[in-house]
Amino acid sequence: MTRKPNPIRRRLLGTLAAAPFVLPSTGLAQPARPATRAIPSSGEAIPLVGLGSWITFNVGNDSAARDASAEVMRNFFLHGGRLIDSSPMYGSSQEVIGHGLKKLGRPAYLFSADKVWISDGDEGPTQIEQSRRLWGVPRFDLLQVHNLLAWEEHLPALFDMKAAGRLRHVGITTSHGRRHGELEKIMASQPLDFVQITYNLHDREAERRLFPLARERGIAVIVNRPFRQGELLDRLARHRLPAWAAEIDCTSWAQFALKFIISHPAVTCAIPATTRVDHVIENMNSAAGRLPDQAMRARMIAYVERL
Amino acid sequence: MSEWWSYSLRDLLLFSPQTYYRQFELHNTEWWPLPLLTLGLGVALLFLLQRGGVRTRRPALMALVFCWVWVAWAFHWQRYAAINPAGGYFALAFAIEALLLLWLIAPGPQPEFVPKLHRRAGMGLFLYALLLHPLIGLAQGRSLAQAEVFGMAPDPTALATLGALLFVRARAFWLLAPISLLWCLISGATLWAMKAPDFFVMPLIALLAIVIATASTTTVQSCIDLHR
Repeated sequence: MTRKPNPIRRRLLGTLAAAPFVLPSTGLAQPARPATRAIPSSGEAIPLVGLGSWITFNVGNDSAARDASAEVMRNFFLHGGRLIDSSPMYGSSQEVIGHGLKKLGRPAYLFSADKVWISDGDEGPTQIEQSRRLWGVPRFDLLQVHNLLAWEEHLPALFDMKAAGRLRHVGITTSHGRRHGELEKIMASQPLDFVQITYNLHDREAERRLFPLARERGIAVIVNRPFRQGELLDRLARHRLPAWAAEIDCTSWAQFALKFIISHPAVTCAIPATTRVDHVIENMNSAAGRLPDQAMRARMIAYVERL
Repeated sequence: MSEWWSYSLRDLLLFSPQTYYRQFELHNTEWWPLPLLTLGLGVALLFLLQRGGVRTRRPALMALVFCWVWVAWAFHWQRYAAINPAGGYFALAFAIEALLLLWLIAPGPQPEFVPKLHRRAGMGLFLYALLLHPLIGLAQGRSLAQAEVFGMAPDPTALATLGALLFVRARAFWLLAPISLLWCLISGATLWAMKAPDFFVMPLIALLAIVIATASTTTVQSCIDLHR
């Protein structure tokens, strides 16, 4: 993500970053809480904005970068974040999340979302256990079959884990708008708690069939690639944010893009990834202000398509 | 991964450019002052190679073998594999290349005739890998601490090896160069996926090496035919 720095905002963010992890109940103003939406199958409410880890948390053995990632996580939690998403496919990301959680004292309100990504169904439990150890959590809140890989083998195992109380929610993922037809069949036939798909101002195919089906079947929706890996923001950054964006409390294109996503009633949570503290705060604030209604959403699409 | 063919290279990139270049900085820092020593080793290697003769070339080529083993273990296996799951395979490929290079050291026939023009091309390529390639990041605003140094990082080591192969034994080029050439393509693809402006450098040099080696092989064959 590339955005122009704002010195005033930077000073404010610096002050926030200097605040202790758990803010005192008196004295300091608490950051605005993000809006939440309930997971249909369990009724548990989670914030509309989560934290992805694709690319950004894959920093290897770099201790300074690991600490920087922990700082991003600290500010994510500080601003009301809960859901962090990762995968065994994301290199060292799980280990880096584990490092951050350990450093932050393993916040109890974490909603841990990971994936199983292995072609051999028999190897799934071993991979899940390894992921759990890397995170350092007693159990995952959500496990998803990554990119539909060997889903016929993994899903029954995940449902068994859930029934045994070793997992709270089960889901399946795809990205880049791929295999929506197959995903639709799985959503229609399997008792899923979550699906994870790509949806943003540019990629809106999910609106046609997947979102209505998710609402009909009571499936929560996690949205990945909200900024198309920064490409969308790079394109939008060449233009001025419209003045009417203030009507929905947008101060940046990133908030514009995120508010569009999370204002869709089928969406439970969007998971932007970042390496920067100011960006994670900006992302979390997207869920704290006003959200666009249907008319405003149509206006946002029309405006972006004209650019 | 299903439908893997529908993914672009950029979709498969697992790390950011900052993380990628930071690997070289951490690698250089951890092993400092080894980068200076491997650079010196490269200069000595070039000196020994250009003197000719089996006795001087053997220690030079042994040093090259050491560099490939070192890059395989210290960079690919110990560092790069942490951010790229393919790092282990890269380590294996570099170890195999080290074994192949040992073949050049094994007692065998006298050094073959290599045309002067191609010896110069090989030397030029080696010098580029040794002295200029580490500085390529400076032009893009990266610090010298992130320099990719011969004997420490895979790119200059592969490029220098292509130069050495052209210089020493043109006819064995096709046996010994494929891993170096393949690495040039992999490195170029990685840089392209990261939108690095210098993504074309490694593949272009690999192509030049192929062109020179092809010409070199043809010329050597002509010389052999003339002497029959």
